[in-house]
Amino acid sequence: MWNNFWFMIFPYIALAIFIVGHIWRYRADQYGWTTRTSQTLEKKWLQWGSPLFHFGALFAILGHVGGLLIPQSWTRALGISDHLYHTIAVAAGTVAGVVLCAGLIILLIRRFAYSDRVKVVTTKWDYVLYIVLTAEIFVGMWQTVAINVFGEGYEYRGTISVWFRQLFILQPDVSLMAGAPMWYQLHAILACVLLAIWPFTRLVHVWSIPVAYLARPYVVYRRRYAVDKPTPREREGARSSR
Amino acid sequence: MRIMSQVAMVMNLDKCIGCHTCSVTCKQTWTNRDGVEYVWFNNVETKPGLGYPRGYEDQERWKGGWELDKKGRLRLRSGSRLRRLATIFANPDLPTIDDYYEPATYDFDQLVHAPAQDDFPVARPKSVITGKNMDIKWGANWDDDLGGSPDIAHLDPNLKNMSSEVQMSFEQTFMFHLPRICEHCLNPACVSACPSSAMYKRVEDGIVLVDQDKCRGWRMCVSACPYKKVYINHQTGKAEKCTFCFPRIEAGIPTVCSETCVGRLRYIGIVLYDADGVEAAASIEDETKLLDAQRDLILDPFDPEILREARRQGIPEDWLKAAQESPIYKMIHTYKIALPLHPEYRTMPMVWYVPPLSPVLDVTEKLGKDNTNADDVFHTISSLRIPMEYLASIFTAGDVDVVSGVLMKLAGMRTYMRDLTIDGTVREEVLEKMGMTGDEVEEMYRLLAIAKMSDRYVIPQAHTERAAEMASWASGCSLDGPGGPGMSAASTRGGKVSLTLQRRRPE
Repeated sequence: MWNNFWFMIFPYIALAIFIVGHIWRYRADQYGWTTRTSQTLEKKWLQWGSPLFHFGALFAILGHVGGLLIPQSWTRALGISDHLYHTIAVAAGTVAGVVLCAGLIILLIRRFAYSDRVKVVTTKWDYVLYIVLTAEIFVGMWQTVAINVFGEGYEYRGTISVWFRQLFILQPDVSLMAGAPMWYQLHAILACVLLAIWPFTRLVHVWSIPVAYLARPYVVYRRRYAVDKPTPREREGARSSR
Repeated sequence: MRIMSQVAMVMNLDKCIGCHTCSVTCKQTWTNRDGVEYVWFNNVETKPGLGYPRGYEDQERWKGGWELDKKGRLRLRSGSRLRRLATIFANPDLPTIDDYYEPATYDFDQLVHAPAQDDFPVARPKSVITGKNMDIKWGANWDDDLGGSPDIAHLDPNLKNMSSEVQMSFEQTFMFHLPRICEHCLNPACVSACPSSAMYKRVEDGIVLVDQDKCRGWRMCVSACPYKKVYINHQTGKAEKCTFCFPRIEAGIPTVCSETCVGRLRYIGIVLYDADGVEAAASIEDETKLLDAQRDLILDPFDPEILREARRQGIPEDWLKAAQESPIYKMIHTYKIALPLHPEYRTMPMVWYVPPLSPVLDVTEKLGKDNTNADDVFHTISSLRIPMEYLASIFTAGDVDVVSGVLMKLAGMRTYMRDLTIDGTVREEVLEKMGMTGDEVEEMYRLLAIAKMSDRYVIPQAHTERAAEMASWASGCSLDGPGGPGMSAASTRGGKVSLTLQRRRPE
């Protein structure tokens, strides 16, 4: 019963909030759509913590994409044995995880213990985000270290990954998740929680990675009155003023 | 040729008395909000001195502005685009609040509400950011009027470029005030560094602005600006900067800093420039040639060819007329007495300065000579390395001859007009040294000394043919909306700024 909720219903609820929430936030709150940088307030801890955290997170995300989306049969077809894949995945995952955790710990100390200034600009949503994100990262790290490095290991690619892909064809087989170790279940549930709060937190800055900058002329010119369509907010304003 | 019009400013530094009225009125207008307590879109600093933020002119440290790479191509000093993206998680060149100053207020509540006791209650300084007790150690104009200069002034980055060090001993001290706003550069480094394309230069008037809706807080603009005139609002996490008071300019009235300037030292006008030529002009290898390159970018508004092309490109007739009457054009081109601030940053700044004669007059007097005598002043200008070298390192990338030439003109005008006024003597030999006719000198004198408001500010109104349509969208200001500055729930404070300390107390 609870398995059905957490691994069949809840992911879709989270995903729905994730999508609708983003559409709402993007339309209603361009002004709040930012990294909320606090580097002007505190630099020493940030210049270590932030790159460690972000690069660690990027590698961890890359690892998750590989582990969850690429079916076991594909890597087997390429002649990579399961054992070799597992060894590489655990090794790379551990490195990325340690970097990520180191960065996170530095940032947590910075925000909640070291710097009064940063504390002042910490919002309620920041607290929610930090709690969920920290829990998610440490559960993920724990399952890697305790189960895969020191424990007997768990072959998630035959169960969790399959369930994850099934979510996208709307036919999740809950039994695949029900049989997974508790830490894996928790990690998946927390991931859904993270998706659900995502649009309301500063995490929205992830979607603003400025890759277009690389191909742009240096100086941007704009006319005083844009000739093209009004922005969503301007349309919004027109509606409410009528 | 792509002709654009630019609203530009000239400040006549000899008239600045360092009263900070411009800074205060600007702050009341633009930065009296949460998150920008430390921000002064307009500030006045004393030179020699560190400026605001501390030592901002040291580009070896801050990596602001442009440089030429090994192949002679123009690139931002902070490196390639790729490098900027690679350092996006922690910008190594970003100044922190301590480089500006931690804003403070005093616990005045204590004076009123303290219970009866033996000790006299005191108002302790409190940080405006954290609300906690603090010691005030620095401010936006801490070394004002050379205060504390025996300890501070030798750290001035401009002194590094000088062959002989300025002795800050009492006998040799000189100083002047330098009011600074955003330069609204023709080749803005901040705009070029903005990864989200949120910063832009307006086609119609060249004003550089931050789109508050598009800014994502990557904070590359702050470090890229060599003048450090883009700031982070630490409440919203977005960049803010001097707007050249664009709502006023659009209405044809001067900026707040200009309007309220006690010394009437500011001039505002239009110049036409060739936008296609900017990159080439900024890429000239010899730094001392940059000033001429920058002057040459500005087009002659009387040239029929230029006028025809400008009309073809849609520049309105009243703007062309304003460009012809522009006091800025006269000071940059006709009299050649206005100089840009640090042309070697290669941003082609559009706030120009008439360098101050007063340091030279001070020194002339201290040498026991007559500072109303042209020969004595000329002699000081041509023989004394200090303060000429110092002025050159600020206004001409170190070219002393150019600064000398400008100061000769100013000194010449001063004595020529003095003699003319006292007994009607026309000093031909002074005119000869200045290379100007008597009429020209009188006209220049009129503009510098007694110009009326309509002569100092020649600002054509913006064309608002589409304004009605804009109003119907009721887009309003980004800072409006529920909850005050920033409608986002992520804004922790905001709303009206109260004048008491109570809201600052940590809960």
